[in-house]
Amino acid sequence: MSKVSGVARFIKRNGAAYAFLTPWLLGFFVLTFYPMAYSLWLGFTNYDFTQPDSTQWIGVGNYLKMFGPVFGLSEFTASTGEAMRVDPYYMKSLSVTFNYVFISVPLKLIFALAIAMLLNQNLRGVPFYRAVYYIPTLLGGSVAIAVLWRKLFEKDGLVNGLLSTFGFTDLPGWITNPEYALWTLILLSVWQFGSSMIIFLAGLKQIPEEYYDAASVDGANNVQQFFAITIPLLSPVILFNLVIQMIGAFQAFTQAYIIGGGRGGVLNSTLFYTLHLYIQGWTYHEMGYASAMAWVLLLVIGALTAMVFKSSDFWVSYGTGE
Amino acid sequence: MEPVNNMKTKVVVRHTLTHLFVITLGLFMIYPVIWMIVSSFKPNNMIFSDPGLLPKTVTIENYISGWKGYAGTSFGRFFANSLLMCIVAIIGNLITCSMAAYAFARLKFAGRDFWFAVMMITLMLPAHVTIVPRYILFNTFGWVGSYLPILVPKFLATDAFFIFLLVQFIRSLPKELDEAAIIDGCGKWGVFFRIILPLATPALVTTALFTFLWTWDDFFNHLLYLTRPEIFSVSRALRTFVGDAGAVSNWGGALAMATLSMVPTFILFFALQKYFVQGISTTGIKG
Repeated sequence: MSKVSGVARFIKRNGAAYAFLTPWLLGFFVLTFYPMAYSLWLGFTNYDFTQPDSTQWIGVGNYLKMFGPVFGLSEFTASTGEAMRVDPYYMKSLSVTFNYVFISVPLKLIFALAIAMLLNQNLRGVPFYRAVYYIPTLLGGSVAIAVLWRKLFEKDGLVNGLLSTFGFTDLPGWITNPEYALWTLILLSVWQFGSSMIIFLAGLKQIPEEYYDAASVDGANNVQQFFAITIPLLSPVILFNLVIQMIGAFQAFTQAYIIGGGRGGVLNSTLFYTLHLYIQGWTYHEMGYASAMAWVLLLVIGALTAMVFKSSDFWVSYGTGE
Repeated sequence: MEPVNNMKTKVVVRHTLTHLFVITLGLFMIYPVIWMIVSSFKPNNMIFSDPGLLPKTVTIENYISGWKGYAGTSFGRFFANSLLMCIVAIIGNLITCSMAAYAFARLKFAGRDFWFAVMMITLMLPAHVTIVPRYILFNTFGWVGSYLPILVPKFLATDAFFIFLLVQFIRSLPKELDEAAIIDGCGKWGVFFRIILPLATPALVTTALFTFLWTWDDFFNHLLYLTRPEIFSVSRALRTFVGDAGAVSNWGGALAMATLSMVPTFILFFALQKYFVQGISTTGIKG
């Protein structure tokens, strides 16, 4: 009896709150929790979308398929006894993505901070400038801009047109040259520094003017002030921007897909991780393998985020500046 | 007096130089976008050769050829499809995200901290880790090739960003208002509808705005689920201008339709600018 009244009391106390939460809870279990568990399982199978009935457990086969080349493997025997080939492009997609993330994110943040500091000096018209600098971010993720980017960096595109008017000759087709193709995508990402800039600008406004005044009186120059005041006091904001941009950059897809016409570009020079995942899962229907790839992506992002947070003990200060 | 004057002059000079630099850099940055808009009015054969911003010949030929669309479906249809999808997505997100946010921000219940932590974790989760099973699930429902895989999740509050945004906003509202309403006989639903929702209007506008932009510009989900030309969105349809391995035959049409596809975004941006800044600086969402 007391159990029944306990349940009744629980419902009476918590029922309304859970009623408000119902859509979210349903979404969480059906569209996040169950899919995650399911994809973890799929990652250990050879699930093929076109013949799901012949799905077999293949142990770590998908993971060997990814990382086999690291150990010099080109073929191996799965736990089913079947011979499996390693994925010759997986490591390439991983390195393309790492290059993209580790170059574009720092460049983007440096640019965003520089412009934010420039705008943070009681200038007139800051809201207008802020809006102009935000426009690339507003549009940048769209298919439209990706199409434009292709046009800009083609052999006879706008960039080469401009460069040739300055007397440059023998210009490459930036997108069709495997040495430069990734850089056009990095440039596209750095171009969209607007939201990081807005967050930096809000952070800079929080730093009291008096700190700089006091430092000036003590004879500190601008560079010293930047490293002694701006960077430490802004460090939580830098951490925040770094994490957000890093997680986002690992998942970049649209730009690479459009610029490569649905493929990884010349010599797979723009084969982003997510693009490779899409091609494996939806072009080749190897959804077991795609699931395993997704879990590795999750682990990579999780590990790097954890490392960034761990390192923040050394460079992020939450103090009051005393 | 002289040193003060000197300093004033210094500040004026510095500000003028900054203005000049910021304007030049700004122009440089949006030059590609302006070039795109201008080029969409140039004849197809002149787009390649002409980096200038003033077209020598103005034509709307590109808009006519681009508007024809893909596989017999015109861009008129694609725009209508995208717009409809955005409206339904906004309705879904406004209802369900605000409900969840109200529970997290205002109600006391067993397990609140746990579920809030879970919600924050889903915020960081890469979509790819759920995308395969979701696709298989939606396929068994027979939903692939319809809007349901894109729209149903919006009615299940899967965009945790907006829950977070709304939680932050609702927490900043004075609690006394809820308490007064409860004393006046309002229940939890009454407080939600009469107090919280009206006061949270700015955050709800931000939610609607970003839901629109993300649905309008989304490509990955549209690529997966919108499999028939009749139900293509604008962003999915723009992809048809780019052939396999990236060859484009009708550049004029591509640039014209790409330009048109940005018009709604621009209108919203300039009409609702302050909500953008609010949305970005409270949650750090990417535009």
